[in-house]
Amino acid sequence: MRLLLRNGRVLDPASGVDDTLDVLIEDGRIARLEAKIPARGAEVADLAGLVVCPGFLDMHVHLREPGQEWKETIATGTRAAAAGGFTGVACMPNTVPVNDSRSVTESILRTAARDAVVAVYPVGCVSKGQAGEELAEMADMFEAGARAFSDDGQPVASGLLLRKALEYSRLFDVPILDHCEDSGLVAGGVVHEGDVSTRMGLRGWPGVAEDVVVQRDVLLAEYTAGRLHVAHLSTGRSADIVRRAKKAGIRVTCEATPHHLALTDEAVSGFDTNAKMNPPLRPESDRRALLKALQDGTVDAIATDHAPHHADEKNVEFSRAPFGIVGLETAVSVCLDRLVHGGTIGLPRLVELFTSGPARILGLAKGTLAPGADADVTVLDPNRRVTVDPARFRSKSANTPFAGWSLRGAPVMTLVAGRIVHDGR
Amino acid sequence: MKLRSPHLLGIEFLEPEEITAILDAAETFAEISTREIKKVPTLRGKTVVNFFVEPSTRTRSSFELAEKRLSADSLNFSTSTSSLVKGETLLDTARNLEAMAPDFIVIRHSEPGAPHFLARHCRSSVINAGDGAHEHPTQALLDAFTMRRRGRRFPGLRVAIVGDILHSRVARSNVLLLTRMGADVTVCGPPTLLPRGIERLGCRATHRMEEAIEGADVVMMLRVQLERMRAGFFPTLREYARLFGLDGARLRLAAPDALVMHPGPINRGVEIMGDVADGAASVILEQVTNGVAVRMAVLYLLAGGAERETAA
Repeated sequence: MRLLLRNGRVLDPASGVDDTLDVLIEDGRIARLEAKIPARGAEVADLAGLVVCPGFLDMHVHLREPGQEWKETIATGTRAAAAGGFTGVACMPNTVPVNDSRSVTESILRTAARDAVVAVYPVGCVSKGQAGEELAEMADMFEAGARAFSDDGQPVASGLLLRKALEYSRLFDVPILDHCEDSGLVAGGVVHEGDVSTRMGLRGWPGVAEDVVVQRDVLLAEYTAGRLHVAHLSTGRSADIVRRAKKAGIRVTCEATPHHLALTDEAVSGFDTNAKMNPPLRPESDRRALLKALQDGTVDAIATDHAPHHADEKNVEFSRAPFGIVGLETAVSVCLDRLVHGGTIGLPRLVELFTSGPARILGLAKGTLAPGADADVTVLDPNRRVTVDPARFRSKSANTPFAGWSLRGAPVMTLVAGRIVHDGR
Repeated sequence: MKLRSPHLLGIEFLEPEEITAILDAAETFAEISTREIKKVPTLRGKTVVNFFVEPSTRTRSSFELAEKRLSADSLNFSTSTSSLVKGETLLDTARNLEAMAPDFIVIRHSEPGAPHFLARHCRSSVINAGDGAHEHPTQALLDAFTMRRRGRRFPGLRVAIVGDILHSRVARSNVLLLTRMGADVTVCGPPTLLPRGIERLGCRATHRMEEAIEGADVVMMLRVQLERMRAGFFPTLREYARLFGLDGARLRLAAPDALVMHPGPINRGVEIMGDVADGAASVILEQVTNGVAVRMAVLYLLAGGAERETAA
């Protein structure tokens, strides 16, 4: 099986390639990357005017299976991923049951082998039962295929447990992904604490409740020499803490979500539960600080925190609605439009944030189009105009604050191991 | 004058002319409540559901009386928040109410935005009778009406609002209404109970009660709840009363003819001392009386006001 991608702009930041080239795929791998490769019987896709990138990775996704299949399944979530330009997703362990053991990790991977159209990288729990008390069997889960550990959905509240996790995970050199939130300081908050919460009478979730935990985590990462990854960074102060930690040589990485980069807490005006997420949308000053952190390299990856919820679950009073929004099918367009066309970062940096950035954090041999690499490919049309229509999502859920947005730039084709899993050219 | 919106969700959406129109209409309805026959046929044939998802006696009674004096048919539908959590969603309950074809739904709910949610999904006119810590527009309107009936004019009027500003819908609606009408509003409370950025609503904020009250034309005290002490917002009611309670000595700092207001129910000896609550400056019971007239005015104007009458 040979496939020749012709005439595209090949953009592979990991190997420093940015040129109009042909890409020859053979047996699921990148065989050659040259100008004018003769077809010689290969199937040809003409990608003139499009950008050929390594497969995009989303390192923070809730696939909801097992246990909450009315929200999403591995089948629908990975189809949403493929349509959104992603060739691999890391799925969070707060399923039902939680992924805190080899058997659950294996069950997720078995289901993925049967149903998934993109690669699925399970994230195991830090603690048994995600209860925040005792370490889960990380080695077992790692051997089964877990590539990171997290109690996501919950922070690792205990400093002692986080210390142990950072130490123990050094056995396999995988990161601990922390959802940084001091629940005591959040105190039931549902939106950012500031002008908007004050105006709307909603309980505030102050930025400092994230910052104090990011700072604690960084100190523990330094002390233990473990690998820390800060999930969905939402404040300027947290970005400062990570920036300083990196300068000091502490092993810390972080991700930001498209929604924290594109929206502010003003989006909850009108009590739109599709603008309710955790961490909450922050004010413009934090958003700008995150953009700066994208530019200066503080942020390592863009991840969606894809959190599907059924419409009935969101169609309630604001404070009662669950946190979270879907992101797989809007992330790339939102980022192309707001970040690249908006002038924050160039396309090569964006591609890095979606490819080699997350690949490095998860220790995956992905995120490059170098010959010999797996032929996971994302093709972008940076100028295509799209309108976000939740009715057309492949995801089972449609809880997005971006409905109706007109955006410039879109993923148009997705290949996993040389196989076309989405073609919207 | 017709209100622009079919709903009254908050002061946030009212223009100054609309506020004035409601207060003007309330004058007429206040007169009705002094007659021997306290009833007019204005809303005959109209149905109002008083949908109270949070306990409230005085607001519900006030609405009910307003509805009855306008000859509307009213239905009280009270339910506790916990039963909603266990069973039906707010939306399903609202749809059931709506299936009985009411013209108005008056809603009191512990969650901010619940009336807005209802308004998006219902054909009836929705009136916010208090949504969590967000808004309580009819309270602010009746407070303004009380000030105006007492001869106060809003431009430059100095109003101090003292107490638990953080959790108070009364404070928010009053700040919005009074600043919109040109008054000079200062909110005051312990730093733990002053929400961040409250000044951006157009008022001043201070932690010192003397500073808030000095020269004030109106001193509005808010009820402080014991549960806030348990949640750590202040150490004891005793200390709270000492720092933020309104007694005669503090009241003397206000303008000589200052009005003392309170949305009720009052905690004697906590945020307000008994002698002040019962004193000459207090208009607390007038607020209750005026509440009926203001709610009649709101129902009347939302139903279409004079326009509807001429059509009928």
